[in-house]
Amino acid sequence: MAYDKFNILKSTAVPMPIENVDTDQIIPARFLKATERKGFGDNLFRDWRYNSDGTPKENFVLNNPIYSGKILVGGKNFGSGSSREHAAWAVYDYGFRCVVSSFFADIFRGNCLNIGVLPVQVSPAFLDKIFTAIEADPNTELEVNLPEQKITILATGESESFEINEYKKQNMLNGFDDIDYLLNIKNNIEEFAGNTPL
Amino acid sequence: MSKTLFDKVWDSHVVKHIENGPDVLFIDRHLVHEVTSPVAFLGLKNRGIKVLYPERTFATADHNTPTRNQHLPVKDPLSANQLKALEENANAHNIPYWGLGHKKNGIVHVIGPENGITVPGATIVCGDSHTSTHGAFGAIAFGIGTSEVEMVLSTQCIMQPKPKRMRINVNGELNKAVTPKDVALFIISQLTTSGATGYFVEYAGDVFTNMSMEGRMTVCNLSIEMGARGGMIAPDETTFDYIKGREYTPKGSDWDTAMEYWETLYSDEDAVFDKELTFEANEIEPMITFGTNPGMGMAISNNIPLAESIDGAVATFKKSLEYMDYNEGEAMVGKPIDFVFLGSCTNGRIEDFRAFASIVKGRKKADNVTAWLVPGSHKVEEAIKEEGILDILEEAGFELREPGCSACLAMNDDKIPAGKYAVSTSNRNFEGRQGPGARTLLASPLVAAAAAVTGKVTDPRELMQEEALV
Ligand code: SF4
Repeated sequence: MAYDKFNILKSTAVPMPIENVDTDQIIPARFLKATERKGFGDNLFRDWRYNSDGTPKENFVLNNPIYSGKILVGGKNFGSGSSREHAAWAVYDYGFRCVVSSFFADIFRGNCLNIGVLPVQVSPAFLDKIFTAIEADPNTELEVNLPEQKITILATGESESFEINEYKKQNMLNGFDDIDYLLNIKNNIEEFAGNTPL
Repeated sequence: MSKTLFDKVWDSHVVKHIENGPDVLFIDRHLVHEVTSPVAFLGLKNRGIKVLYPERTFATADHNTPTRNQHLPVKDPLSANQLKALEENANAHNIPYWGLGHKKNGIVHVIGPENGITVPGATIVCGDSHTSTHGAFGAIAFGIGTSEVEMVLSTQCIMQPKPKRMRINVNGELNKAVTPKDVALFIISQLTTSGATGYFVEYAGDVFTNMSMEGRMTVCNLSIEMGARGGMIAPDETTFDYIKGREYTPKGSDWDTAMEYWETLYSDEDAVFDKELTFEANEIEPMITFGTNPGMGMAISNNIPLAESIDGAVATFKKSLEYMDYNEGEAMVGKPIDFVFLGSCTNGRIEDFRAFASIVKGRKKADNVTAWLVPGSHKVEEAIKEEGILDILEEAGFELREPGCSACLAMNDDKIPAGKYAVSTSNRNFEGRQGPGARTLLASPLVAAAAAVTGKVTDPRELMQEEALV
C-alpha cells in the first residue's frame, strides 16, 4: 500500500519512557477484527489510554494535552511480541510518522518500514537526552533528517546519526513499497520457483 | 566454505541479493489465517493480481474462532465477517481452506506439521510471530506482517536482510518434571525478551537431540519471545520418522530425493556463529513467570527477585509487579489462582495433554479454578479421545473445548476477567494479552495441571508419582 514520502520531519514528540512496549499494548487483539485498514489509530494503546468504561485515563501521555507531535519516543525494545502489522498501522493512523527508541523488536521495525513509519534507533545516552529535553520543555522539537540519516534535538543542537539500509531508505524517500520491486523481477522469481520443488 | 544450518537453508532460497539492501527470499510454503490476511488480499485486489502459487499456500481459521459450538454460526458479527472474508479469498484464489469444522482445522502452527506441510530445509512464513514453531524440523520459519503476507501471496517472496546466527547449546540430562517449555522459559529468562533480537537461533546439544518433535516445536515456538527471528534444530531420525507418510510430505522417489537434501542439513563442524551460548540441563527447574513479559520467569521454587537486583529498568519492573499485584521477594508457590489454560501452538499438542492428564489422573479440579482445555487441532482432539485421556480429564472434573487459539490471545470469548490469575501454557504474559486486566503466569502443562488440582501455584514434583515422570 502506498504511503506518504518521508524526507525531513520537524516536530514535537510524545515521550513514553517505558521499556519492552509490546504490540499487544500498542493494539490489543480484540481490535484486530477488521477486514480493512481503517480506524486503527482510535485504539492505539487502547488499554493504557482508556478505562474499561471508555473514559480517558488522565495520567497517560496521549491524553496529556501538553504533549503532541508526529514523533513517538519509546523506551528500549519497542514493539516486541506479536507480528501484527496493525500495531504499525495504529501508530501511523494516529498521526505518528516516526518512532524513536534505543532498540526495536525486529518484526515491528520491518512492519514500520513497510508502511511508511520511520523507526529511528539511537544510543541509550541520546535517548535519555531526548527524554530530558522533552521533560524540560514539551514544545521541544526534533528534526529527523532521512537523507542525511540524522536526528537532532533542535533546542540544544545535539544530534546523532542513525542507520537504515540504502534500499529501504530509497523506498521511504520515494514512497515505494516492496511489492512494486518484486513484481518487477517476477521473471526471476518464476524461474527460481521452477527449480524449487514443492 | 563451512556453513551453519541456517546459512544452508537461507542461501539456497535467495532469488536475488540487493547491494546494501535486503535479500529477496523465496518462500516454499505460506500459511494464512483470518486475522492478518484480509488487508493483504485487498491489496491484491487493488492491484488486480492473483495469488502466484496457490499450491504453496494453505489457509485455516484459528485466531478468532469460538471454542464451543463450532457447528453453529459464529455469533460475533465482526469475527464472522473475518472468517467469511478468508473463505471467499481462499475460494477466489484456489487456496485450500480448512475452516471451522473441517477435520484438518486447528491452530496454524499445529496443523502445518501434522499434515506434513512443514518439512526440513523449507522456508515457511505466516502472519503470526510463532511461525518459528516450524523451525523444529530444520526449516527457516518466521512470522511476517501483513504487507509481507501481500508480498508472498503476490510474488512468493519477501525482502529481508539476513539475520545473524546464534547457537544455544543445552547439554546433559533434564531434571524431573522439567519439560521443553521449562527449557525455553529458562533460556528466555537468561537472555531477556530482546537478547536474541537480530539473530536466528539454532538449538543444539543432548537436550534437543533427545527431545521429541513436539518438544522441539515448543522450544522453537518460543524463540520469538527472546526477540529472535526464529529458531531451528537440525533434522535427524526423530524428524524423518515424524514426517514420513504425512499428507503433504514427498512420497516414493521424491522422498528419496528430498532425503538426500535433508541429510545435508546440519551446521558444519567449523561453522562460525555470531554468538554462542551454552547451558547445562541440570541448571533448569520447572519454571513459572511472575511478571508481564516472558523473560520474567524463574524456577517455581524461587522467590520473585528484588527490584535492586534487576539490571535494567527498575521502573518497568515495578510497573510490571504492580500490574500483577505481586511484591518483590515473595514466593510464587502457594499463590492462589483462578484460571488454568491448557492449549495454544506452544503447548496444545497431544504430549501436552498426556502430561496434564498424568497429574490430574485420580485427582479433582479445585473448586476455585475455571479450566479451559483447548486442543491445538481436531487431530489432537481425536487423539485425546482415542487414548482415553478425555475420560481421565472428565473424571477429574474437566471439560474439553474445540480447537483454536482461544485464550492465547483472547480475540474470541475466551477472555480471562480483569484482575484474575491464570496459569497458562501459552506464550505471552503481556498486560491484557489474555483479556483486559488479566494476569498470566506462563508455565508448562505439568505446572498448569498442578495448579488446576490444587487451586494455587504448586510445584508439580510434589504431586508426581515415580512412574509418571516425564
Ligand atoms: S495459539 Fe497464540 S501464538 Fe499460537 S498462533 Fe494462535 S494466537 Fe498465535
